[in-house]
Amino acid sequence: MEEQLLQLLFTGLTLGSIYSIIALTLVTTFNVTGILNLAQGEFVVIGALLAVSLQGTGMPMIAVFIVSVILVAILGGLLERLTIYRARGASNLSMLIITIGLSISLRGLALLIWGTETYSLPAFSKGGSMVLGGAALNPQSIWIFALVGVTLTGLYGFFGHTFWGKAVKASVYNQTGARLQGINLNTISFLAFVAAGGLGAAAGVSIGPITMVTYDMGFMLGVKGFVAAAIGGLSNVGGAVIGGILLGILESFSSGLISSGLKDAISMIILLGVLLFRPEGIIGAIRERKI
Amino acid sequence: MRKITMRLKSKLWLALLLVLSLLISACSPTKEADVKSTGGNEPYKIGAVLDISGNSSSLGVPERDTLLMMVEKLNANGGVKGHPIDLTIMDNKSDETESVLAVKTLIEKGALAILGASSSGTSMAMIKTVESEKVPMISLAAASSIVEPTSEREWVYKTAQSDIVMINKIISYLKKNNQNKIAFLYMNNSYGDNGKKAISAAVKDSGIDIVAEEKFDANDKDMTPQLTKVKASEAQVAIVWAIPPSASILTKNFKDIGLSIPLIHSHGVGNQKFIELAQGAADGVILPIGKLSVTQQISDNDSQKKVLESYIADYSKKYNAEPNSFGGYAWDAFNLLVNALEKAGPDRVAIRDELEKTQGFVGISGVFNMTPQDHNGLKEDSAVLVQVDQGKWKLIE
Repeated sequence: MEEQLLQLLFTGLTLGSIYSIIALTLVTTFNVTGILNLAQGEFVVIGALLAVSLQGTGMPMIAVFIVSVILVAILGGLLERLTIYRARGASNLSMLIITIGLSISLRGLALLIWGTETYSLPAFSKGGSMVLGGAALNPQSIWIFALVGVTLTGLYGFFGHTFWGKAVKASVYNQTGARLQGINLNTISFLAFVAAGGLGAAAGVSIGPITMVTYDMGFMLGVKGFVAAAIGGLSNVGGAVIGGILLGILESFSSGLISSGLKDAISMIILLGVLLFRPEGIIGAIRERKI
Repeated sequence: MRKITMRLKSKLWLALLLVLSLLISACSPTKEADVKSTGGNEPYKIGAVLDISGNSSSLGVPERDTLLMMVEKLNANGGVKGHPIDLTIMDNKSDETESVLAVKTLIEKGALAILGASSSGTSMAMIKTVESEKVPMISLAAASSIVEPTSEREWVYKTAQSDIVMINKIISYLKKNNQNKIAFLYMNNSYGDNGKKAISAAVKDSGIDIVAEEKFDANDKDMTPQLTKVKASEAQVAIVWAIPPSASILTKNFKDIGLSIPLIHSHGVGNQKFIELAQGAADGVILPIGKLSVTQQISDNDSQKKVLESYIADYSKKYNAEPNSFGGYAWDAFNLLVNALEKAGPDRVAIRDELEKTQGFVGISGVFNMTPQDHNGLKEDSAVLVQVDQGKWKLIE
């Protein structure tokens, strides 16, 4: 029984690491621009699919990772200039709808280029799973955790300890005030999407070896990432990671101990609970931005 | 105050518009291909609904490719008694609702018969429509409930071996090896549920016990929790009823957590994609499958050998890839229909009657003998047991 519980915990951590990294990218864009980027899941997928193609040319995995991150970062910036920038000044709702449009177009693009096939990516480190205390742990999830850790430290450092990070945060709370201080909001929004693209691609290449890659998996990943981010309070980077891990562990334990059919229901009930009893999570953050 | 309500209203409108546009974009099955016919005689219109994108695309894509190849070949050789075939293929995106919409569109356009769909769920969704519109349909999916009971499935036929045929094959293998405690894992969809129904019926009075039973979703990314339960049980063998990619992920997880009991899959993993996605973990997996994947290994006396070889030759020439059993289901369905069309002409009732009279038709999935009580027409001799050995299928009996 103990072994079984430990195994479920490890699986939960693996799933949780995937949800966390996606939640983290969502929260980053939201923090900087106030836009909930529903195309985030698509950035993840395109990053992973690009990696599949690059890997097919025989490039080493580390180069694949870097090239795919750079390409999707460029794509993110390009899309920001073509859509979000042109609609600047529009309401948050319009921005949300634009990102839905982006998400559908990117999914279509992925379908045209890579088709409906499922692809797999090789794990970063060779060798099978590690056995700890009688339970198996997938080494790839350690890589994902490392990515989460690096991103988290980077974001904390940036927002908390650099002048620019603070300036960016200020621009979220009060656009006019920020502008009066000489902060260029257009540049900040552009950089936020570049970062969202790059981080999304990094997440995609890292989770690909576990989840496999299909053109249409972005939506479900986006939803799970959103639930994780909402649990943690939409604007809190640390909260997003905790939310993701919590969600992964709950899913794993509920499917291992109760019933696998209930897994998604349980995560949705948790989302509802959080929204009902701790509305300062998502709703609080949006209100703050409106004022 | 008024300003606020106005703003709210405009937002409501926007939200409504958004929901509407999402609904519309989600609910339109896309037309995949329309093979236009040439020639003098009036063409025979037939339709196909396949799972070309979405979860079961690993089934639908080879089926589409096979159908396109065969129509082209048939029309080049003069069609059916001089009438070219006008085939419209629609993609249901592996979705039940879209399947129904697609079949309705095809029937409205005057299709004489419908081929498809690729998976059990999408096929089941179409049955009500073809039964009420009285259009013959040949499904390419496994679940036996697609064609049973035949009293309620007057217009429905199928070419894939029924799950019960495959389960019986597995049960006799287990008996031979004295394994009587099994774990059964299945996908939470129509294919998995029907597999579960079939195995529950088959193990009754056979001395075999299902000691663990677990299900998972088609888009689950990790089945370790379910497998952990299997590991804790006293099962001697694990049987899995699923299709890739989830079947591949499960196989990987199975190896990762160090389960050492034999792993038996269903014919739903009968394509190279399964092996490829499992990244080496598929070695040792046993499954019942049609003879196509092991054509070179079966005896020359087998009545199907020639048909199998010619399909492989045609397909590899056109697509530069090996065909798989899913494409084979489409090959069978298309030829069964063409044979019926030849005898019946453009008449839906006559086509249905001819399909039911099919006897001794040698196809890719087996030798079909249809009767009013059996709209699949395949027996256990249509399947063989194979084992994955270094990424290749190996015949084991």
